Amino acid sequence: MRRYFIRRIFQMIPVLIGVSIFVFVGMHIIPGDVATLLLGDKANPESLARLQHELGLDQPVYVQYYRFVSKVMKGDFGISLRTRQPAWREVWWALPLTVELSLLSILVAVVVGIPVGMWAALRQYSMFDSLSMVAVLVGVSMPIFWTGLILMMVLGGRLHWFPIGGILDEGMTLQRITGLYTLDALLQGDLKVFNSALKHLVLPSIALGSIPMATMARMTRSTMLEVLRQDYVRTARSKGLAERVVMIRHALRNTLIPVVTVIGLQLGLLLSGAVLTETVFALPGLGRLAITSILARDYAVVQAAVLISALMIVVINLAVDMLYAYLDPRIHYT
Amino acid sequence: MPNAESASANRATRSLEVRAVAKQPSLFRRLLRSRSAVIGGILILAISLVAVFASMIAPYDPIKQSFKDQLQPPSLSHPLGTDEFGRDILSRIIHGARWALLAGILADSIALILGVTIGLIGGFYGGRVDVVVVWLTDVMLAFPYLLLAMIVVSIFGPGIRNAMIAIGIVYTPQYARLVRGTVLSLKEKEFIEAARCIGVSPFRIMFRHILPNCLAPIIVMATLAIGWAIVQTAGLSFLGLGAQHPTPEWGAMLSGGRNYMLSAWWIATFPGLAIVVTVIGFNILGDGLRDVLDPYLRGR
Repeated sequence: MRRYFIRRIFQMIPVLIGVSIFVFVGMHIIPGDVATLLLGDKANPESLARLQHELGLDQPVYVQYYRFVSKVMKGDFGISLRTRQPAWREVWWALPLTVELSLLSILVAVVVGIPVGMWAALRQYSMFDSLSMVAVLVGVSMPIFWTGLILMMVLGGRLHWFPIGGILDEGMTLQRITGLYTLDALLQGDLKVFNSALKHLVLPSIALGSIPMATMARMTRSTMLEVLRQDYVRTARSKGLAERVVMIRHALRNTLIPVVTVIGLQLGLLLSGAVLTETVFALPGLGRLAITSILARDYAVVQAAVLISALMIVVINLAVDMLYAYLDPRIHYT
Repeated sequence: MPNAESASANRATRSLEVRAVAKQPSLFRRLLRSRSAVIGGILILAISLVAVFASMIAPYDPIKQSFKDQLQPPSLSHPLGTDEFGRDILSRIIHGARWALLAGILADSIALILGVTIGLIGGFYGGRVDVVVVWLTDVMLAFPYLLLAMIVVSIFGPGIRNAMIAIGIVYTPQYARLVRGTVLSLKEKEFIEAARCIGVSPFRIMFRHILPNCLAPIIVMATLAIGWAIVQTAGLSFLGLGAQHPTPEWGAMLSGGRNYMLSAWWIATFPGLAIVVTVIGFNILGDGLRDVLDPYLRGR
């Protein structure tokens, strides 16, 4: 297991090198170089050439790539064109909200998806099973941004149950500790702010969690159906164990193993969904930062956002692999 | 004598096999027996007909603005209402079906052609070629797909065509992985070995012998991916990177209606419903195809 873990960490290196090459090449072939963007279209050629020289843009591509990687390793992603702040700081500021939103949406997906999938499997071909599978089909077919808009319109605009955008009520402030709004509010003992942040995050979490919820319900159902047919479940039942014990101790635990993988995979996908959800609900997270930076051609920030997101996905995938092996002792990695 | 017996036994088995194969209903007939495939197929057929005859069906010009009809709620003259420019939502949704299907099919085709070729080559040649293919797919899958698509659109410039290309590119590794995996198991089979022994060229082995045997999972993935591509292209348009004003594209319509959610709910609601219905169609059809082509997964 340890050897496998070390090997997997080493396997991450070529992937991360590839990610850096992709980002570097991508940023290079996007029309307009950094010097032109910094000085504007009307800059005189001499100052443009001087800045290009200062930034190393007149160097061969491989030298530029080397400099780019060296800087990134030191955490230097360049300066944001819009705010003139270091790009990593912009990302660092926005990232926790996206993490918080992703975790809450996974929580929504787990809390709803797993019990629905389990119940559907236990009552296969019943009305509940059919209805839940129709709901799953609709759930995976709904664009996140539309789900968000509908939730916002009905539960926010019409029924006024939840706020329709932003992260805190007007006039509220919160001192940043971890960057996770709900956690920071709790750490500071400010329940009013905690309540406000949580209320603001409910609709985005449901919208972002709708697809993982549907996927999880479907996955839990199909795995549960398979597990229920296994010999060890039959043995457990014939031993005279109570159905509840059979379900929880034998069936559910084995069902959860592949579901954990789905949770991990969905966490990676959520970063994409966050771009749309944060745009709909005007949340100042990483996704919204990425889209505003792309539209403003603030490529230093785009670069930082993409590299950090890719790193997160690679690490999440590794963590899921490890967790998978931990949960299922039958899995032996060599 | 025992040899003669076994020979006749073999002949009998073969003839039984032949009869069994002959009795197996055609793919089309099996599809007709699948409720999911039929419902999905009918939905997709209906949407395709709407897209093809959009100009004849749509009651109004989808682009023409009419300021006296601004923000009209659903009524007999405008069954799905009008938008902020007085354009008929129903007509725009009908014309939008063209863009949606085009986006789904084009993006999916790009991913399919690139992914299948890369996966075939990697799986078939193995060694260093395969290492490069695996590395390439791993790297692409490490990116959040929408961010990757946004970067591709930034490179080519915003627009519906470039959004389709971007979505096609980001879906490529999925096909590459699927095909590579299938090829790895197929290339050890006797019929491939036999083809090699009689001197069939690698190109012909890949496309004539291996590819047809990978078709079942590819067809299923292709059907499901069309729905996915429609949603993602609409997502890029929603973010302002895909279809531009005044193209009647569902994602762009949703984006336009966002500012009127509380006062004119119909602008964003109906294009979203159109996306959901279309994607459901492809998803049901994909599920039906999977049931037929891969009976092991039936009912999952």
